[in-house]
Amino acid sequence: MKRLINDPYDVVEEMLEGYVLAHKDHVELLTEGEAQGRVVLSKASKNKDKVGVIIGGGSGHEPLFLGYVGAGFADAAVIGNINTSPSPDPCYAAVKAIDKGKGCIYLYGNYAGDVMNFDMGAEKADEEDGIRVETVLVTDDVISSENIEDRRGIAGMFFVHKATSAKADMGADLDEVVAAAKKINDATRTMGVAMSSATLPSKGGPIFEMEDGDMEIGMGIHGEPGVRRGKIEPADRVVDQIMEPILADLPYVKGDEVYVLVNSLGATPILDLHICFRRVAQILEEKGITVYKSLVGSFASSMDMAGMSVTLVKLDAELKELLDYPCDTPYFTQI
Amino acid sequence: MSDYILNKDYFIGVLEDLAVLAEEKKVYFSELDSAIGDGDHGMNLSIGFREVSKNLEGWKSEDINTIFKNAGTALLDKVGGASGPLYGGFFMKFGVPAKGKEEVSFDEFIEMMEAGVAIIEKRGKASVGDKTMVDTLRPAVDALRAVYSEDDMAPKEAMKKALEAGSAGSDSTIPIIAKKGRAMRLGERAIGHRDPGSASSVAILEIFYNRMP
Repeated sequence: MKRLINDPYDVVEEMLEGYVLAHKDHVELLTEGEAQGRVVLSKASKNKDKVGVIIGGGSGHEPLFLGYVGAGFADAAVIGNINTSPSPDPCYAAVKAIDKGKGCIYLYGNYAGDVMNFDMGAEKADEEDGIRVETVLVTDDVISSENIEDRRGIAGMFFVHKATSAKADMGADLDEVVAAAKKINDATRTMGVAMSSATLPSKGGPIFEMEDGDMEIGMGIHGEPGVRRGKIEPADRVVDQIMEPILADLPYVKGDEVYVLVNSLGATPILDLHICFRRVAQILEEKGITVYKSLVGSFASSMDMAGMSVTLVKLDAELKELLDYPCDTPYFTQI
Repeated sequence: MSDYILNKDYFIGVLEDLAVLAEEKKVYFSELDSAIGDGDHGMNLSIGFREVSKNLEGWKSEDINTIFKNAGTALLDKVGGASGPLYGGFFMKFGVPAKGKEEVSFDEFIEMMEAGVAIIEKRGKASVGDKTMVDTLRPAVDALRAVYSEDDMAPKEAMKKALEAGSAGSDSTIPIIAKKGRAMRLGERAIGHRDPGSASSVAILEIFYNRMP
């Protein structure tokens, strides 16, 4: 393992300590009581009267989730242990901290553990404080299940969090915010490829074995096995194998306009990502699909995993407006 | 066997042994999880039981219910994921039939087990055959009740049967696909792998058995 850590049991606390020090203009850490030091709060949202947007999940996917807390984006992120959902009390504490009487929305990837813990947090907010909390699960990973509601959430979470947060910031009520979240989730599809395992600090080594030179198409961001494993192929061939299921799934068709994200899982260089993006753009052009805007970089990682994913969002006027809406966070700012 | 009791020292001993187990089997549980999940099951139990272990001394003057409520809360708070609410819920509910008590009868112990397993089934929305910890725990509790009440078996002997039923239940997760949890999305690729939650549940039952007088 080639990681710079101290005690493996302290990685999350030490990261959070460093994060709020490094980005003190944007965020602070809620340490009191139920927050248990696991709630990253936006300093900008404090005085803004709006629906609260809370995102979260396990650590190890940075800059997801804490990187997207700030003005025009999420109000709070709830942070779990590595690859593990946060516990119910911090989920509840985030609601308590940001609710302005307009209710809150939880947004996170569709994983059994996250659902259990966030649901318990929402129940507590309802029972103890009468605060309404709605949930929208992100389900963008096309290859993770035939049934859309069973799919897991991966890099597409970035877009769902971004657009939903914009809707809330514009002053929409909770029902409208929920509708926007569902709308962008429905328009978003992602698929990835991995070429190595992330290393787990607690294990001192890789989560799973992968031979040097192998790749796995469709692997999840926690290393969940994908659809097939084989030798690493040229970038264009790999992108072709990812784009085909994505395009067929929604489907994305001639005349559509899309936002594209080519996302590194951590260890794949920006150079490689642009080679992949080139192929994505070629395919989209062949299909008559227009690229509205694109992002290339690491937006939802799996620590030091080598690999990348491609996300497409099918746009309309509303989604463009939401995705173009200004925001200012430590890992994503636009004016 | 109506004079058979399990006292508070037994339950404290179980928690102490669980803390040792979580350290010893950390790598084993994580490796099972790596095959069909995300590889964190062992680490998560270790994080949770370290917290239990750290605070157990201060809980010893409490009644059995409070001790398990505290232990369950520690797991829920420190672990997160699926195993936090599941095992945390198990211990929180496990203690409830022993409210205000310093010792329990074996009938009460069976009620405690039933209460714990029921919350896992409810929270995980899982039943036998889904390739989860329920595949171990449900047959174990059913066997415990059956052999103790119907066959009039000695308590420790009954617990042994429960452990065997749980162990067989865990074995039964190997050749099947998963219907819950992360492995659900693997389809046939989950076949041939033991469910990690079912394995940790067997280890937990074994401690309850080993500690019995």
